[in-house]
Amino acid sequence: MSDEQERGSAAGAVASQWAELDPAGRPRDERPPEHGRGDAPGARDETAGAGGDLRTHFDVLFEQETGEGDQELGPLAETDAVELLIERGAVLRVPEDSALDPTLDPELDASSFGDGETMIINLGPQHPSTHGVLRVMLELEGETVLRSKPVIGYLHTGMEKTAEELTYVQGATNVTRMDYLSPLNNEICWCLAVEKLLDVEMPPRATWIRMLMSELNRISSHVMWAATNGMDLASTTMMIFGFREREMVLAFFEKTTGLRMNHNYVRPGGVAADLPDGWEDDVSVIVETIATRLDEYDELLTGQPIFRERTEGVGVIGPELALAMSATGPILRAAGVAWDLRRAMPYLAYDEVDFDVIVGTVGDTFDRYAVRLNEIRESIRIVRQILEKMPSGDYRVQDKKITPPPRARIDESMEALIHHFKLYTRGFEPPVGEIYSAIESPRGELGCYLVSDGSNKPYRMHWRGPSFVNLQSVPALLRGSLLADTVAILSSVDPVLGEVDR
Amino acid sequence: MTDVRDGVPDAPAPGGAPEGSLVAELAALDGVPVAYFRGDEVLFPARERYLAAAVALKGAGFAMCSDLCAVDYLAHMDRPLPDGVAAERFEVVVNLLSLERRRRVRLRVQVPEDDASVPTLFRCYPGSENMEREAFDLFGIRFTDHPDLTRILMPQDWEGHPLRKDYGTGRVPVQFKDAPGPR
Amino acid sequence: MDWNGLESLSSNFLTGKLEDFVRWSREHSMWPATFGLACCAIEMMAAGAADFDLARFGMEVFRPSPRQADLMIVAGRLSQKMAPVLRQVYDQMVEPKWVISMGVCASTGGMFNNYAIVQGVDEVVPVDVYAPGCPPSPQTLMHAILTLHEKVRTGEIMRRRAAAGAGAGVDLAAEVPGWTQPLARPVHLGTPR
Repeated sequence: MSDEQERGSAAGAVASQWAELDPAGRPRDERPPEHGRGDAPGARDETAGAGGDLRTHFDVLFEQETGEGDQELGPLAETDAVELLIERGAVLRVPEDSALDPTLDPELDASSFGDGETMIINLGPQHPSTHGVLRVMLELEGETVLRSKPVIGYLHTGMEKTAEELTYVQGATNVTRMDYLSPLNNEICWCLAVEKLLDVEMPPRATWIRMLMSELNRISSHVMWAATNGMDLASTTMMIFGFREREMVLAFFEKTTGLRMNHNYVRPGGVAADLPDGWEDDVSVIVETIATRLDEYDELLTGQPIFRERTEGVGVIGPELALAMSATGPILRAAGVAWDLRRAMPYLAYDEVDFDVIVGTVGDTFDRYAVRLNEIRESIRIVRQILEKMPSGDYRVQDKKITPPPRARIDESMEALIHHFKLYTRGFEPPVGEIYSAIESPRGELGCYLVSDGSNKPYRMHWRGPSFVNLQSVPALLRGSLLADTVAILSSVDPVLGEVDR
Repeated sequence: MTDVRDGVPDAPAPGGAPEGSLVAELAALDGVPVAYFRGDEVLFPARERYLAAAVALKGAGFAMCSDLCAVDYLAHMDRPLPDGVAAERFEVVVNLLSLERRRRVRLRVQVPEDDASVPTLFRCYPGSENMEREAFDLFGIRFTDHPDLTRILMPQDWEGHPLRKDYGTGRVPVQFKDAPGPR
Repeated sequence: MDWNGLESLSSNFLTGKLEDFVRWSREHSMWPATFGLACCAIEMMAAGAADFDLARFGMEVFRPSPRQADLMIVAGRLSQKMAPVLRQVYDQMVEPKWVISMGVCASTGGMFNNYAIVQGVDEVVPVDVYAPGCPPSPQTLMHAILTLHEKVRTGEIMRRRAAAGAGAGVDLAAEVPGWTQPLARPVHLGTPR
């Protein structure tokens, strides 16, 4: 086995091996490769001879195909990765409602499933570890996953159709329920899109309040991810820790917005209400406590040998493949591409705060964990700067056609009453046009494509959910891994099915 | 680039497109109508030139296909379009992103109702696979040469394409709004 | 079973009806099956976590396998594609089983009155308690759970289920020898004894 993997094999040997590959793309008499285990942290050497276990079987086969003389692991060229993906296929292309036993269904091309030594099993949709109602069809040979296919749609809610029935002010209630782990980020994306369409500028305090909410939501989302990830890797303590931290943030949200989740707080024109008195103390307690608790997570997970063995070298994706699959967020950053919309194409006031973009080296599950953990630290850093720099002023734009008047004014002024009435029954009417606006959510690029026909409701709203696009990387990540690693990899992709299915 | 407030695109400046425009830069985009709105650059390639335009943009550094969706303009056929673009019922909208230039560009392709098909971007941008499946599922637009054009969000045996404008919302009558008579 | 504390015991024997004992044990170790669908699932997890702690009611073990669970908390919006899966999981649970419909989307379809969402899971499975909210906070979920516990403890739920075929069309009088209809008892909602 390791002989076949050894670099420096002659081109002739490569050609003959290629002829012996079965339709699933693996040599017929081969045992599944060992996965990267036990390498000391930091010793991930990508050049030849350093154990080689970190590469998946996928990469091994690719390397054999290129047949370069000096078998140094160079970056996957883009078109080659695409060709590989299409021809050899990590994606299991079977009908989703087919009988899982290909021999029972005469229409399925049985030869595409290997020599009958592979089996297709179903993971989900009701499963404790799939992060929602995700179904993954896995083609297994023994314990090794060859091809896979994420099947989605079990939470399809018709939110894009619903958005065409709601006004722009009501739209935030709809989009907030898509990515339910970071609802305020959804609302911010929606409001930025609507404001771009309206061509209005926010007062500084509204912008900074939104930034504060976005970063607190990023902290709570990543902490929640760490909790469920730990739970998937059998650390119930991490689950309890994570929810303990998350409750602190949710208590602040409840104080400010009225709800623990799905807040409808960020509305076109600003935010619904100003921050409560004493918010600086509440927020400082949150960030100081979470900053110290992150060390507990390090103790529990980062340095722990079992956790490291389960995550290092597992589910590796390179930068070119990640870009080709349109992956964004921690998946892309862990693969080594320093792309964060807050830094590259700043929105709100991110160009006025100081933070680092966390980038990984190998692109494995451990890197994605480390990227998210350190993003919590960077978010804490941003929140500390917001605490110092929060400007005073209006929390919503003073344009009577867009934002409602204060409730007390309604008793005094007829005009205020009329504006309030019009705004909440009919809403405002943006100009005709279409825009795309994107922010960086904890899962990646969250985008809203809005088409307006000049009426009070959007003509079309399309939501670019990062998890929907990131799920396309799952077959490439799962290829060649063991069944037990599937859970770790799916968890590290961090899909939220609300925004996958919308 | 000129900002346009009411959606009516500016005519290209005499002598060619404004500076910084991709139409001026890439030969494959020569002659493609372009519009600018709120700082976004939007190209309107004809269906026959769509794939060539996408490949050219990829070669120019637009490495990621951020988003691909479809729009049914059945109720808004009088939308503003630049000269030389004939309005059809459907549009396929592709958002491309260049990481080096930190820039986006949008392609809008008109798709007629009677022949609702466009070439797939899968071989050029594999990340468009699921997005095209969703456009097929919800609008019925076929993407030729797509590796697996099946429904992705609705059940496999669903009939109809829900996001089309002639497909109702499917509301159930509820008390106080639609339900007939008291309960 | 009257219980005034250990001090009131005058002997080492406790007597009571077997039915009461069975109901008491069902109430106190009711294991939920994981059926978290959407946002409500997060609040359900929060209810099981440290701050709200379902473990004090004997319920922190969320069983992934429906065969080992008594209670299914349908938490979240049920889409058309998921409805058959819900019914299948419900059918795999063993009697006696109960269903709490958590959240407005599970109870009535919620804010999504459209083609994609089943307008109430009671179109698919019989529901015992409905918990409103979007999402219901963990306190609301616990109130719903305690209401169900109360119903189980007094036997009211089994009485009604027998009349309605026990949700699965089972006729208890015919299937269980010696089974008798429990006496009607008032249910005090939300005030555990």
